[in-house]
Amino acid sequence: MKKDDRGRTSRQARRYQDMKRLLSFDGKGIYCAQADVHIDPWKPVAKAFITHGHSDHARWGMGSYVCTNASVSILKHRLGKVKIHGIAYGEAMMVNGVEFTFFPAGHVIGSAQIRVSYKGETWVVSGDYKLSNDGISEAFEPVKCHTFITESTFGLPVYRWDPQEQIYDRMNTWWKKNQAEGKVSIITAYSLGKAQRIIQNLDHSVGKIFTHGAIEATNRALRASGVPLLDTTHATANLDYKEYAGGLVIATSSAVNSNWTKKFKDFRLGIASGWMQVRGARRRRAADIGFVLSDHADWNELNQAIALTEASEIYVTHGFSEIFSQHLIEQGYDAKVVKTAFEGEQLDSTEEEKVA
Amino acid sequence: MKQFAQLFRKVEETNKTNDKVDALVHFFNEADDSDKLWTIALFSHRRPRRTITTSFLREWASEMSGVPTWLFEESYHIVGDLAETISLVLPNPTQKDERNLSDWIEYIQGLREVEEEEKKRAVFYAWKSLNQDERFLFNKLITGGFRIGISQKLMTRALSKHLDKPTNEIAHRLMGNWTPDSTDFQQLLLDDSISSDTSKPYPFYLAYAVEEKIEDLGDPDEWTAEWKWDGIRGQVICRESESFIWSRGEELVTDTFPEIAMMATKLPEGTVIDGEILGYENGSPLSFQALQKRIGRKKVTKKLLKEAPVVLMAYDLLECKGEDIRNQSLEERRLKLAEIVQDLQHPTLVLSESVKFQNWETLAELRKTSRERGAEGFMLKKKASPYLSGRKKGDWWKWKVDPYTIDAVMLYAQRGHGRRSSLYTDFTFAVWNGDRLVTFAKAYSGLTDKEFKEITAFVKNNTIERFGPVSSVKPELVFELAFEGIQESKRHKSGVALRFPRIKRWRRDKPASEANHLEDLKALLP
Repeated sequence: MKKDDRGRTSRQARRYQDMKRLLSFDGKGIYCAQADVHIDPWKPVAKAFITHGHSDHARWGMGSYVCTNASVSILKHRLGKVKIHGIAYGEAMMVNGVEFTFFPAGHVIGSAQIRVSYKGETWVVSGDYKLSNDGISEAFEPVKCHTFITESTFGLPVYRWDPQEQIYDRMNTWWKKNQAEGKVSIITAYSLGKAQRIIQNLDHSVGKIFTHGAIEATNRALRASGVPLLDTTHATANLDYKEYAGGLVIATSSAVNSNWTKKFKDFRLGIASGWMQVRGARRRRAADIGFVLSDHADWNELNQAIALTEASEIYVTHGFSEIFSQHLIEQGYDAKVVKTAFEGEQLDSTEEEKVA
Repeated sequence: MKQFAQLFRKVEETNKTNDKVDALVHFFNEADDSDKLWTIALFSHRRPRRTITTSFLREWASEMSGVPTWLFEESYHIVGDLAETISLVLPNPTQKDERNLSDWIEYIQGLREVEEEEKKRAVFYAWKSLNQDERFLFNKLITGGFRIGISQKLMTRALSKHLDKPTNEIAHRLMGNWTPDSTDFQQLLLDDSISSDTSKPYPFYLAYAVEEKIEDLGDPDEWTAEWKWDGIRGQVICRESESFIWSRGEELVTDTFPEIAMMATKLPEGTVIDGEILGYENGSPLSFQALQKRIGRKKVTKKLLKEAPVVLMAYDLLECKGEDIRNQSLEERRLKLAEIVQDLQHPTLVLSESVKFQNWETLAELRKTSRERGAEGFMLKKKASPYLSGRKKGDWWKWKVDPYTIDAVMLYAQRGHGRRSSLYTDFTFAVWNGDRLVTFAKAYSGLTDKEFKEITAFVKNNTIERFGPVSSVKPELVFELAFEGIQESKRHKSGVALRFPRIKRWRRDKPASEANHLEDLKALLP
């Protein structure tokens, strides 16, 4: 292996160079050496600052956690007994001279972008985000910075979302049609975020909304912490299948692949995901219908969000990172791809099973 | 386009066959005759002639959307469908145009002779006037390949409901040489006489592979066995002193096989024979490779006729003296067929013999000699069976010999299309030649979606180099490939060409070093 004059491999040398910056990627997470804080670490560290409660960002095994007040109950629900400190949006926290501030990311309830400032240099770690206001998550706020770390889950120009009201209309129409045919409608969605978004926005006058156990458990945690969720019924084993007729069930994708759906007899299956934008992805899943609904920024929102930060340096993480950073370079940004363990929106997520 | 787009939307939003049939029936009940006729044409693989190249479409889509061409191409690799990619990158429509399906097709057809600028203007106009689904369909009309979840079988069912006629009759009426320009809805589906078109073939009867133990077929006396030959299934027609040859894919291939066409003109008036077009010389069949030289040739040279001679291996008689005899028993039909072959005494018409057997065991023994005879195994047919339409279980079965197998290393992976877009599904395989790997086959079927997903993750993490949608990967994964035959080939680096290679299973138990060697492959050469 080639080594430089200090006996370091090129990778070690690069990491050393990076370490001198305010934030770096140390193989465990996004690291602030000055404060000795990791953001969204994927390996055990002492101090973890968490953007939001999804399992690829908030993992078990950290010495202590800091997250938004709204995320505390979610983290407790998902991680059990851990040391958590809640912080309000916009409230500054100083750690060894470094200022950390959480701003809404609009991704799910409690989700945040974390601004890190030190001696006039400012970075923003955005985690996952979307710009459109879903009515239940705290709405995205653009935060100015020098360096912006962005996801790129849907960083291709084919991923552009229709206004969400249109998607809810389509869901209601589909539900009513199935109901008229005496069928149960099942929609798969993430247990944290999209499930609640659907619950809040569907027309409850059409019929009853049921939830799979993993979703109901998340709902319970959210309700307990004061989130005003509309009423849902837990789809437990002891409910008679006749109770479901004409109803709408929100389930995790792993539940739909199991025997769990058998109890509904005659049902139609819909998937709510940004990936449903492409026919091939939908057809492969053998669902009846795809609803293009995502908690991630689409192509336009990614570009818009980046412009609003006024940053010149962009780190592109999970998603179509190489393509998207190439695009950013063409737009005049100093963009780089960085590998992380974040997953973004997964079509075939199995994470839900662990919390069911 | 609205009605057609609604049909598309309904079909898109269900995974149930009955819903799709209902959507089609509804469409047929509402649409006008010209839209109906074009719909039937599209779903029976009669696409309009291509008037605009896809390279223009790509360029214009890039221009109108402001998405640079490299980014457009990357998007296309992920989406896996050009028409869809274009429809997804374009800005929202700014105007409306209420033309229906057949009008838009005429619009596209009209662009054949015009200048590039004019074509571009016309395409831009359409893109600006159509919504997402309509645009996708418009693009599909240009690029062809109309696979949107409606099979010909499904459409036949819907037409049968719509017109209250049996599906067999509909299937028969939809066969043959017609285009929307040569006929109309009335003539194609409603006129009393089906056979105003003398070239019209019958729907082919296709068999499934034997599923259970062969003994489960019951009394051997009720069955006949014929060798299954590896040629092109075809239907040879002689009507009004003219002959026509149809391939199973419903292509008219009369000119490709002039020696059979010539023979057929001498058949009795009103004869239709089902058989195999087969490379054949000195009383024995040639390999499929010989026949391959003839496929797709419209003009056949004398040299080629000599190099790759063919015969019609006759299996069945569907029409005798102008009468449709498909409802008679196989035994009766075969008697008449034998008579015709006997009377004609022509070197390019050979009767496929019934293989005599006492019991299933003796037939199983005989099957082991298939390869040396150049056959793929047996066709088993019930003596009392009528000639049905399409692929049906029960009366006919294929009983093929087990395929050859070889363990190979994956070297290249390519993204799939359509349902498999964004997954790596098309692979190139290699075997060892000394200490180097030499590629010898491509295969893309035989794995589950779950396995494809796993392999896709492997490819993403182990790519050495990317060439557009193709990635070369670290030689680590081993697969057992199955194939039907093997021939020497100068065109391939490995020196061999396989027939029907497909993936049998993933050999997770084997490291690349334990894959087979080229010598192992060559040992299988005939």
